[in-house]
Amino acid sequence: MRRLRAPGPGEAASAATALRRALGSLRESPLAITGAAILAFWLAMAVLAPVLPLADPNLPLEPLRPPLSVGADGSTTFWLGTDIKGRDVLSRLIWGARRVLVWAGLATLAAYLVGIAMGLVAGYRGGWWDEALSFLANLLLSFPVMVLYIVVITRIGASPINIVLAVTFASAPAIMRIVRGLVLDLKTRDYVLAARTRGEGALWIMFVELLPNARGPLIVDACLRMGYTTIALATLGFLGLGLPPPDPDWGAMIAETQPMGAFAGHAMLFPALAVSSLVLGFNLLADGLREISLRD
Amino acid sequence: MLRLAARRFGAMILIMAVVSFILFLIFETDKLAVAGKVLGPYSSLEQRELWLEREGYNRPFLVRYGEWVTDALRGDFGESIRFKAPVADLLWPRLANSAILAGLVFLLMIPLSLLLGVLAGMREGSLLDRGLSFLSILTTSVPEFASAAFLVALFVFELRWLPGTSAMTGGFDWSQLVLPVAVLVLYDFGYVARMTRASMAEVMTSHYIRTAILKGLPRHRVVLRHALRNALIAPFTVIVLQLNWLLSGVIVVEVFFAYKGFGALLYDAAMFGDIYLIEACTMVAVFVAVFSQFVSDVGYTLLNPRIRFAGSTVR
Repeated sequence: MRRLRAPGPGEAASAATALRRALGSLRESPLAITGAAILAFWLAMAVLAPVLPLADPNLPLEPLRPPLSVGADGSTTFWLGTDIKGRDVLSRLIWGARRVLVWAGLATLAAYLVGIAMGLVAGYRGGWWDEALSFLANLLLSFPVMVLYIVVITRIGASPINIVLAVTFASAPAIMRIVRGLVLDLKTRDYVLAARTRGEGALWIMFVELLPNARGPLIVDACLRMGYTTIALATLGFLGLGLPPPDPDWGAMIAETQPMGAFAGHAMLFPALAVSSLVLGFNLLADGLREISLRD
Repeated sequence: MLRLAARRFGAMILIMAVVSFILFLIFETDKLAVAGKVLGPYSSLEQRELWLEREGYNRPFLVRYGEWVTDALRGDFGESIRFKAPVADLLWPRLANSAILAGLVFLLMIPLSLLLGVLAGMREGSLLDRGLSFLSILTTSVPEFASAAFLVALFVFELRWLPGTSAMTGGFDWSQLVLPVAVLVLYDFGYVARMTRASMAEVMTSHYIRTAILKGLPRHRVVLRHALRNALIAPFTVIVLQLNWLLSGVIVVEVFFAYKGFGALLYDAAMFGDIYLIEACTMVAVFVAVFSQFVSDVGYTLLNPRIRFAGSTVR
């Protein structure tokens, strides 16, 4: 299962070897490779969006053009057509990838910072800390996720920062539970006892001794959670509670097109394909990583 | 056993109480906006203050909270400012509609995912096993609104077999339920199937199954009489807890297909800022989630003999 060892001075070097080994075993899993390839594609699109020869994603050109049609000027091609407002679907898709990756990444990161801190304290301190933090987590987990999102966001407004906040509320408790479980297991190890005997402080033990040794399952979970967060962001966009318009959002693109879907199926299908493929990428990679960590 | 159930029940009531308090607190700050919605955008600040005073909104917070809770326990959830009707009258028919939707989803999803999970878990590493594991990753990667878009494009716009909305304006119509149910089953079955598969695979490698095979029992007998019993305990928990996820999906699907269910009501209430309606809907949603957690905890203990018999001494 997990490899458990005391982190030593050679930590950086061993992390590099571990990474190389992980990449090596990744090669053996075709599903994980596929996942990584999908992610690499979307990451490249997101990074390259400003330099790619794309139309302005918010500029109305010609409404409801089908895919591969040529514009009235005879020179522009709408590779994926245009939406009901006449904006280029391909451009909106790629700029949308950039937006969803940035904010899903930030939101997952925020949820992880909070969740890890909560889990370390609850697991290592135990006692009242654990009782209080676990109750807080149970409280937040007692909401069906989408209900929590809708209540929080309609209350505080749909701005990017508020969405990061809402994702943190919804995801941090689950992360806390994972970290807490790992810490409860790890804190009985000899190297933790050794550190305590050396006179290291609680913070040192939590972040230097415990956290690095809990990383395996957390990396797999982070990968899955990026997928969940992507779904959450896109779903909120679909419900009109996501990242604010007019900048492209995959979920909002579907919601805008839906009433006229019969005439603009492409403007609905391409964003649906985009979000599904991105989430599939995260899930395949997570599955591959889990398999690798089980094999070691 | 009873003590465990009582303790879990107590925890459930405590969570509900705290959630209700926090909810009431959150929406307390929005009183002026409520008055504005009732009296219209051109009402003056004084008129709004006067209305709040007359309707009793300005009484102490704890008094109002206490009143709200006792009324809610009697089945009176206050008045919806948007629909100008008692919340309870709006809530029950919508809940019934969502129950039809969720019931159909479970009716299809449970046999499908159990069957696939058991078949895959019986032969770990077989083509069926690997196929199922890929299929379940694929279907859980497609968010509900995206699969709804795919299905609508295919069955509504392309083939014209099914209606694309499920508002049921012309009376109850089964054909309008097909797509919403399909979307939810598609999204949810993969996870349950995977959990069933894992549980079944674990049981199949256990000693008592090996013994049963080695003593020459026919394979179907080993599976049906010995393996299934233990392999289906874990999926029970997963299925009950799935209700929590289903509720999230139900909101999206009901909004997408304009189905007049509970999820769409919650969404509309939140978008409009209809305080009593949001509070009631959220409490119902939290109740469903917490209660399914309770059922799965207690049910798991009842089903699992290892815990059932050890429980009396350990707990």
